[in-house]
Amino acid sequence: MSGMQASLALSGYIAASCLLAFLFPQSVLAFLAVQASLVMLYYVAAPRQVKLFLGALLLFVLVPALGWANGYYFEIAIQIGIFVALALGLNIVVGFVGLLNLGFVAFYAIGAYLWAIFGSPQANAFIPGGFFPVSPNWFFVFFLLSIAVGLLTGILLGLPVLRLRGDYLAVVTLGFAEVVRALVNNLDKPINFTNGPRGISPITKPPLFFEPLLQFAGLEVPSAKLYPLYFYFLILIIVGVIILVTRRLENSRVGRAWKAIREDEIAAAAMGVPVVRMKLLGFAVGASFASAVGVLFAAKQVFINPESFTFMESIGVLAMVILGGMGSIPGAILGATGVTILNLQLLKGLSLWLNGLRQSGAELTIPFLGSYSLSQLPAQFEPAKYERMVFGLILILMMIFRPQGILPPSQERKK
Amino acid sequence: MELALEILPQVLLDGIVLGFMYALIALGYTMVYGVLEFINFAHSEIFVLGAFVGVEVMLLLQSAGLLSTLHPAAVLLLVISTGMFISGIAAMALERVAYRPLLGGPRLVALISAIGASFFLQDALRLFESLWRNTFYLNYPSLEFLDRAVPLTAALVIPVKSMLVVCTALVTLGGLHFFVNRTKLGLGIRAVAQDPDTASLMGVPVRQVIALTFFVGGALGGLAGVLFGIHYSLVNPYSGFIPGMKAFTAAVLGGIGNIPGAVVGGMILGLLEAFAASYLSLLTDGAFGAEYKDVVAFLVLILILIFRPKGLLGETVRESKA
Repeated sequence: MSGMQASLALSGYIAASCLLAFLFPQSVLAFLAVQASLVMLYYVAAPRQVKLFLGALLLFVLVPALGWANGYYFEIAIQIGIFVALALGLNIVVGFVGLLNLGFVAFYAIGAYLWAIFGSPQANAFIPGGFFPVSPNWFFVFFLLSIAVGLLTGILLGLPVLRLRGDYLAVVTLGFAEVVRALVNNLDKPINFTNGPRGISPITKPPLFFEPLLQFAGLEVPSAKLYPLYFYFLILIIVGVIILVTRRLENSRVGRAWKAIREDEIAAAAMGVPVVRMKLLGFAVGASFASAVGVLFAAKQVFINPESFTFMESIGVLAMVILGGMGSIPGAILGATGVTILNLQLLKGLSLWLNGLRQSGAELTIPFLGSYSLSQLPAQFEPAKYERMVFGLILILMMIFRPQGILPPSQERKK
Repeated sequence: MELALEILPQVLLDGIVLGFMYALIALGYTMVYGVLEFINFAHSEIFVLGAFVGVEVMLLLQSAGLLSTLHPAAVLLLVISTGMFISGIAAMALERVAYRPLLGGPRLVALISAIGASFFLQDALRLFESLWRNTFYLNYPSLEFLDRAVPLTAALVIPVKSMLVVCTALVTLGGLHFFVNRTKLGLGIRAVAQDPDTASLMGVPVRQVIALTFFVGGALGGLAGVLFGIHYSLVNPYSGFIPGMKAFTAAVLGGIGNIPGAVVGGMILGLLEAFAASYLSLLTDGAFGAEYKDVVAFLVLILILIFRPKGLLGETVRESKA
């Protein structure tokens, strides 16, 4: 297929899938087709400019248009964006430096709670004066602050444990995540910092600084419709920046040092790589990404509680990185998209479908075996509740059959 | 202060019971680490599997009407031996399926596979119980014999359940000591832990010894699971995570790879946790209560790793191959 034909086929596919998604707003499959076009963009051998143009068109025009027509699509797209950002952060730690961080969600929680506490009336419980919630404009200050806090906690946790062997680190990070969760869960007394298991709400959303512009242009948009669009573009920008930073880091002196450590720590040390300092840096950079994304998550959710920051989440993000390919940026993006879709759309869709079957009470006739009433399907059998099994299978199967992931980093592919 | 002294015997008893349970689980981690230098992350699920096998056997006996007619000792023997056996087999199967293809590769790969196995097993258990009993929170049926208690003094009443845990654990630990130090198979395990290559040259069948280690570690985990179930009654597929983490902490505390170390570490951690659960709120005037006992355990882990990464009894396994 020539480049021309490929570009035409690609454009045709994108147009068709978007049309489908537009015509069938309830269909999970139609939106999946739209999402698949991103993967195709990566694989199809079309000219670079065409790909860039189509990608931009898809991300900046078509998906927002679809989301505008159907808010559910925005929700999915924003969730995917958040997980892509998290997976890219963990990819630095696990993929580049080769450190297994099982408590990644702790940093995410720290960022989320940072904004949740000060961006809601919660902080009034321990700082008198009624200054809180702070004005929405502080969102961006806290976003930057969370990067610093993430770096700092990463360094503080990393300092004692990064000198140890790798598998200890896995367990210590896991323990750290449990400590953070226990603290968040219980620090509603003696002084109420986190409001405990009840969670914090309402959390201030980021400022609509462009609202005067819209009014100037004579557009009246209800903010309920505006916020999803706003969050979509915010997360798009954040993911873009993270990709940029990660790529620059990967090809820098630091990135090469990280990979040297991953391949052989002793050889790297012999070559003059400051091993502990570099590990610490990688660990802290990953943590700062997670913490920054946490701020956005809190602002988007409006309500957060400790339930959002369980060990499950850490493993989910790890599964994304492993599935895509450790150390590969496109891999992390693909893995995050794939696992999020699997979780949010496929498993839930399957559960709904089974529920429908159950209620329909249809008879399933299998030749030679007799018939089976579908209303007898056990009520406990709900695919959406078995995400652990799915993550577990992803991890084991990938490790046994394709440890380098679906999209391994380019250097490894050349070998 | 008087209150503190009054509850002391009870706290000690709780700590000892908990400590033996941690010790039994920690042995599974430490033995596997000894021969493979690898954290068997799914060991906590082997432990839960033991608890589930135990409750299933008891429920089956109950539905067959045998639970009340059989002698309690026979019931316990049956429950414990089935739980140990199935957990041991499961641990061996796990090693065969999820670990053996990966050993020799980077350590991260095997560790990730182990984490995957842990998650998979949790939901596999849940799925099985959901389809079989339509619920995955199971209660151990009560045995009249086990619900008794022996009053020792006015302040200290020892439930039969606690005595069962302590006695079974002591007998098993004695048996393990004999097995590892006095039998040929135990010698094989020690040889592989010291140096698998040399052991292999001396004619030790390394693979079989590794499988055997998984079986023994799994059986000890299964025993801990059954005892956990009998002692605390309620089990669910996810109840292994926290005890598993703590048992690992105990193994590190005692020096991972070191068998007596696992017992010492388990005991210390169990006592520490019981003390934290009871005295933290007394010490801090109610500001911090028993809910921080998990935090205490993890802080202990981090502190040991900073100040004494080889654990209290040092490391008897070989140095890292890297």
